[in-house]
Amino acid sequence: MLNLPKVEKRSTGFALFLRTIIGRAYPRVIGQQRERSWIIFDVFFPMVAVIGYVYIYKAIGAPSDYVGFVVLGGAMTSFWMNILWGMSSQLYWEKETGNLSLYIASPAPMMGVLLGMAVGGLVATLIRAVGVILLGSLLFHVTYSIMNFPTLVLIFMLSMVALYGLGMMTSSIFLLLSREAWHLANLAQEPIFLVSGFYFPLKFMPFWVSALASLIPLTLGLDSMRQLIFASGPTLGFLSVNIEAWILAALAVVFIVAAKLLLDYMERLAIREGRITENRR
Amino acid sequence: MAERQAAQVPSNIVRRSFAIATWLGWKIESNWTDPFLFAVYSVIKPLAGAAIIVVMYSVVASGNFDTPYFAFLYFGNAFYQYVSSVITGVSWSIVDDREHYRTLKYLYVAPIRFQYYLLGRGVARILAGTFAVIITIAGGVLFLHVPLNFAQVDWLLFSVSFVLGIVVLIYMGLVLAGVTLMLAHHSDVVGDAVASAMFLFSGAIFPLSYLPAFIRPIGYALPVTYWLELLRRSIIGSSVESFSSFGSLTNLELLSILLGFTLLFGLFSNAIFRACERRAKEKGLIDQITNY
Repeated sequence: MLNLPKVEKRSTGFALFLRTIIGRAYPRVIGQQRERSWIIFDVFFPMVAVIGYVYIYKAIGAPSDYVGFVVLGGAMTSFWMNILWGMSSQLYWEKETGNLSLYIASPAPMMGVLLGMAVGGLVATLIRAVGVILLGSLLFHVTYSIMNFPTLVLIFMLSMVALYGLGMMTSSIFLLLSREAWHLANLAQEPIFLVSGFYFPLKFMPFWVSALASLIPLTLGLDSMRQLIFASGPTLGFLSVNIEAWILAALAVVFIVAAKLLLDYMERLAIREGRITENRR
Repeated sequence: MAERQAAQVPSNIVRRSFAIATWLGWKIESNWTDPFLFAVYSVIKPLAGAAIIVVMYSVVASGNFDTPYFAFLYFGNAFYQYVSSVITGVSWSIVDDREHYRTLKYLYVAPIRFQYYLLGRGVARILAGTFAVIITIAGGVLFLHVPLNFAQVDWLLFSVSFVLGIVVLIYMGLVLAGVTLMLAHHSDVVGDAVASAMFLFSGAIFPLSYLPAFIRPIGYALPVTYWLELLRRSIIGSSVESFSSFGSLTNLELLSILLGFTLLFGLFSNAIFRACERRAKEKGLIDQITNY
C-alpha cells in the first residue's frame, strides 16, 4: 500500500481556485525554464521568419520602419503559436496522454486549470517574445520612437487578456476534436499571419478582411502597438488606438465569459458522450 | 554465405514496403476529414504563405509585380515548399510511429525494408507538396502576372534539375530520420528546424549577396541553393541573372555541382541512417515513448 503524505491543508472556494491557477502555471513558468533547449527553438523559429522577411524588405528598399514591423510581428507570432499549441490544443493533448480525466476527477476547478495554463503560457512566452525583439533589434538596428508608454503597456495587457481568453475558449472546442485538432492548429498559422498583418501594416489589407481578422485580438493589438512604437506607425494604423483599445477590452470580456460557458457545456457534453477519456489515434 | 543472402533483400519486399507505406501514409495524412476539406486545407496553407510575401512586396512596390525580383522571389518561395515537404515527409514518420501510434517496434520485427517504408510514408507529404507548389505557381501566373512562358522554359534543364533536387532531398530526409531515431527531445521539430534554417541560407527569397559575407559559405554548401538557382534559370531564364548567387557559373557547372551533391548524399545517407539506427537499438530508443 502506498504511504502517501497526509493532506494537511485543504483549500476550498477562491483559495482552491487560486492554488489551481498557481499549480497549473508552475510547470509552464518554472518547468519550461528547466528545459532551456525549448527557448532556443521558440526563439529560433520566429527569428527565421523575421530574418527572411527583413531581407525581402531590404531587397525591395522598404522604409526602415518596416524592418521594425517585421521584428515586432515576429515576436507576436510566439504568442499566437502559444495560443494554438499551448492553449487551444492543450486539453486535446491532455486527453491523449490521459491527464484530462485526472483533472476532471480532481477537486480543482477546470476554469482554474485553464487560467493557470494561460498565465503560465503568457509569462513563459513573454520571455521568448522579448528574446525575439532584442535579437531582431540588435541584428537589424531597429529604431523605436515610443510615444506613450503607459498606453503601450495598456494595449499589450488588453491584447494578452483577450488573446488568452480566446485560447481558453477554443481549448474547450478542441476538446471534442480528435486528429482534426492537430490539423486545425496547423492550418491557423500562415492564414492568420496573413490576415492579421503580422509582417506588414494591417491597413493594406481590404477593410472587411481586416475587420473580420480583428476578432483575433493580436490583429488590433499589433496594429496599436505599431502606432505607438514607430515614427511612421500612426500614418499606417487601421483604426485609432483609442477605438482599438475599446474593441480589445470588449473582446477580452466576451472571450472570457464565452470560455466559461463553453467549458461548462463541453465538459457536460464530453462526460455525457463518454469522450473525456476517448483516445482515437 | 548466409550473411550475403541476408543482405540481398528480395525486390518484392522493397516493393511491398514502399507500396504499403505509401498507402498508409496517404490514409494518415488525408482521412482525418472529408476529401473536399482536405483539398481546401492543402491549398489554403501554401497560398497564405505565398500571399504574405506578395502583400509585403506589394505594400512597398505599390503593386508593381512586373519586376525580375518578384519573379525570383515568387518561384523561390513556391519551390521551397518541396524542401520541408520532402525532408519532413521522410523523417516525420519516426516521430509519428514511435510516439503517437507506438508501432515502431512492430515495424522493426515485420518483414519490411525500413528505409523504403520511410520513403513510402513520405510520399503523401511529397504529393501534398507537389499540389501546393502547382497551386502557388498557378495562382501567381493567373493573378499576379508572374512570368511563366511555357515555350521559353528550358524543360530539359528543369526536368533534370528537378529530379536531382528531389532525390537529394529524399537522401537528406533519410539522414534526418536517422538523427530523429536517436533523439528523445525535440525530435518533432528537427525536420522543421532544418528546413527553416535552409530557407534562410539557400537564397530562396532573397539573393545570397544580402547575407553577411561570413554566412554565405553555408548557402554555398547546401544542394538546395543550386537546385533553386537551376529551377529559376530554367523557368525565367536571363532575368534571374541580376539576382543570381552564381552569376559566373554556367547551367552545366551548376548541374554538375548538384549531381555531385546527389551522389555524395546517395553514398552516405544510407550509411548514416544505418549507423544511427544501430546506435538507437543499442541505447534502446526504438520503442522509447517520452510523451515529450
